[in-house]
Amino acid sequence: MRESLLERIWLAAPVLLSVAVTTLLLAVVGANPLTTYGSLVDGAFGSTERLLTTLAFWVPLLFCATGLLVTFNTGLWNIGVEGQMIMGAIGASWVALTVDQLNLGLPGWVIVPLELLVAAAFGAGYGALAGVLKTRGGVHEIFGGVALNNLAIIATNFLISGPWQPPEGGSFRGTVPFPSEAMLPLLGNSRFSPLSLGLALLLLLGVALILGRTTWGLKLRALGKNLRAAFLLGVPSEREMLNAMMLCGALAGLAGSVRVLSWFDSLRQSISGGIGFLAILIVLLAGSRPVWTMLIALLFSALLNGGTIVNLRTQLHSSLSGIIQGTLVLFVLLFGEYRKLFRGKAAESGASPPGAAPAAGSGSTTGAGDSGVMA
Amino acid sequence: MNDSVIVLLLASIVSQSVPLVLAVTGETLTERAGVTNLSLDGTMMFGAMIAFLTALMLDPAFEADLLPVLAGFTAAALVGAFAALIIAWGSIRLRQDQVAIGFVLTLLLADLANFLGQNYTRIPGPSVKHMPIPLLSDIPLIGPVLFGHDMLVYLTFVLVGVVWWWLYRTQPGLKMRGVGERPESAFTRGVGVNSTRYLYSAIGGALVGMGGAAYSLSIKLGWSDNHILGIGWIALAIVIFGGWRPVRGALGAVLYGAIKTLITYLQQSFPAVPVVLFNSLQWLLMLSVLLFVGSEGLKRLVDLSPKPLQRVLNQALRVAPPEGLGKVFIKE
Repeated sequence: MRESLLERIWLAAPVLLSVAVTTLLLAVVGANPLTTYGSLVDGAFGSTERLLTTLAFWVPLLFCATGLLVTFNTGLWNIGVEGQMIMGAIGASWVALTVDQLNLGLPGWVIVPLELLVAAAFGAGYGALAGVLKTRGGVHEIFGGVALNNLAIIATNFLISGPWQPPEGGSFRGTVPFPSEAMLPLLGNSRFSPLSLGLALLLLLGVALILGRTTWGLKLRALGKNLRAAFLLGVPSEREMLNAMMLCGALAGLAGSVRVLSWFDSLRQSISGGIGFLAILIVLLAGSRPVWTMLIALLFSALLNGGTIVNLRTQLHSSLSGIIQGTLVLFVLLFGEYRKLFRGKAAESGASPPGAAPAAGSGSTTGAGDSGVMA
Repeated sequence: MNDSVIVLLLASIVSQSVPLVLAVTGETLTERAGVTNLSLDGTMMFGAMIAFLTALMLDPAFEADLLPVLAGFTAAALVGAFAALIIAWGSIRLRQDQVAIGFVLTLLLADLANFLGQNYTRIPGPSVKHMPIPLLSDIPLIGPVLFGHDMLVYLTFVLVGVVWWWLYRTQPGLKMRGVGERPESAFTRGVGVNSTRYLYSAIGGALVGMGGAAYSLSIKLGWSDNHILGIGWIALAIVIFGGWRPVRGALGAVLYGAIKTLITYLQQSFPAVPVVLFNSLQWLLMLSVLLFVGSEGLKRLVDLSPKPLQRVLNQALRVAPPEGLGKVFIKE
C-alpha cells in the first residue's frame, strides 16, 4: 500500500509535537527556549571539536543499536544491554590494566584487538546469562536484564573502590589511566576513534546482511514473529535465542570497550552513561531498519552531546536531551501512523504490514509484545 | 538486640513498605485486567516529584495539616493514571506494543521528573503527619508496630483488603478477572472488555503514582536527582512474586521491606563486610525469587510435601499470569 501525500506530511507531526512539548517544559523551568536550542545545535555541531565529540558518542550507540537489531528481530527485549556494555568495559579494562602491570612492552596492534575480543566475550557471556535465565529459569529477559544491569554497576563500583583502586587511594572515581598503547587510536586531541567507527559501521552492515540474507537471520526473525510457529517448524528456539543474546551482548561489550578506551581512559563509575537504554529507543524508533538505525543514532548522539554543552553553559538539567529523545519516540509510537490514528477501524483489519510502516513497533517490536511480558 | 529495638525495626518495616504495597497493588489490578504497565519506575519517580512540588507550593511554610499533602497525592495519582491510560490507549486503540510504550514512558517520566524537579532538590517540605490510633497503639508490641503510624499506612493496608474483597467477592471483580483471563468469554457475556481495561489501567496507574508520592511525602522525604530510581522495577517483580494476587503481593512488598531493613541493620552492625555485598543483595534476591517462581522450583517443592497437603499448597502457591495479559482483544 503506497503512502498518500498526507500520510507523508503527517510524519512531521510527532517531531513538531516533541519540539512543542520541550519548548513548553523549558518555559516552565524558566529557560529561554530559543537560546537553549541554539546552544544545543551549537554544542553538537558548532566546531570541529564538537562534531568529533558527537561522532564519539555515535560509535557506542551504533554498537549497542546493532546488537539490539538482532535481539528485537528475535522478539527479545534485551534491557540488559546496559549491563552487557558495562561488562565489556570491565573486560577491556582488565586487559589494559594487566598489560600495564606486566609491562611486557607489547605494541598497540596486539593489545587493542585483545581488549576488544575480551570485551566482546565478557558482553556475550553476560548476554548469555540473561538468556539462560530466560530459557532455563523462566525469568523474563526484562527483569533478568534490570537485575543484571544493577549488578554490573555494583561490580564496577566494587572494582574501582577495591581491587583496581589507584595506588594513591581514596578516590572512588576510576582506575588509573591506561597506557597510551592500550588506547584506541584517537583523532587529534578528540575522544573520537575513526577505527572504532569503521568497525561499528562494518558490523552494522554485517548484522543487516545476516538478518536479511541468511537462513540464520530468517530463523531469528521467525522466532520474533511467531514463537510457536517457529518451534513447530523445527527452529531450535532456546538455542537461537541464546545465540541472539550472545551476539547482542558481544556488540554491547564492544560499545563498553569504546567507552573506556576512547571516551575515557580508565574504568569509571557511570561508564555506560545510559547509552544502552538510548540504543533501545533508537531501535524502537527505527523499527529495526538498519539505515534508519544508523541515522537516528547519529541524531541522538548529536542531541546527547548538545545536551551536555547546554548543561555546562546554562546549568539546565542534563535530562533535557533525554526528554527530546523520549517524547520523539513516544509520539512516533502513538501518533506516527496517520492511518492508525484517524481510521482506527481500518487499521483493525490489518492495514499496516510489518516493516512497511514508518513508525516503530510495527516490525519486530510487535513480535516481542505478542509473547507477553510475563508469559 | 533488645525488645524495643525489635519493635522499632518491625514498625519501620511496616511503614517503609507502604509505597511498594501501593504500587504493587495498583499494578496487580492493571495486570489482572490484562494490561501490562511497564512504566512503573518512571511513574513512581514522577509521582514523587509532582507530589512534593504540589505540597510545597500550596504550603511553603509547612503549617497546614492535611490539604497540601492530600493535593500532592492527588496530583501523583492523576499523573499515574494518565501514564497508564497512554499505554492502554496505545495498545487497545492503536495496536502498538504495550511493552514498547511502557518502556519509553519509564525512561521519559524519569527524565521529566529530574528536569522539572531540578530547582527543588534537597530542600525540606511538607510531610504526612504522624497519627497513632488512640487505645490500639497502647497494646504492647502490636500497638506500636501496627497502630503507631500515620493515616497513609492504615489506609494502604485497608486498601489491600478492599482490593482482595473486590476481586474475589464481588460481581464487578469477577467480571474484571474474566476480562484478564478470557476476554472473548467475558465479551460474549456482555462485559465491555476494553472499557474495563481502561478503567483498571487508570485505577492501577493512580495507585502507582501514589506509591511514588508516599516516598517523597512520608518515607524518603523531599526530592533529589534520581530520587527513587529502580524501585519501580522491584515493584514489577513483586507483582510476579505475588502471583498476581493482591494479598500475596502486599506480603511480598512487606517481605522486601523487611529484608531491606535487615540489610541496613546488618550493614551497621558489620562494617567490615564490604558494602558491595549488601548492595547487590536485593538484586540477587530479585533474580533468585523470579528464578524460583519461574522455574519448576516451586512445583518440585510441593511434590516433596505429603499428599493431602499438595492440593492446598498448589492452590496457595500457584503462580500464573492472567492468560489475556498483554494481548489485545479484537472483536470478531
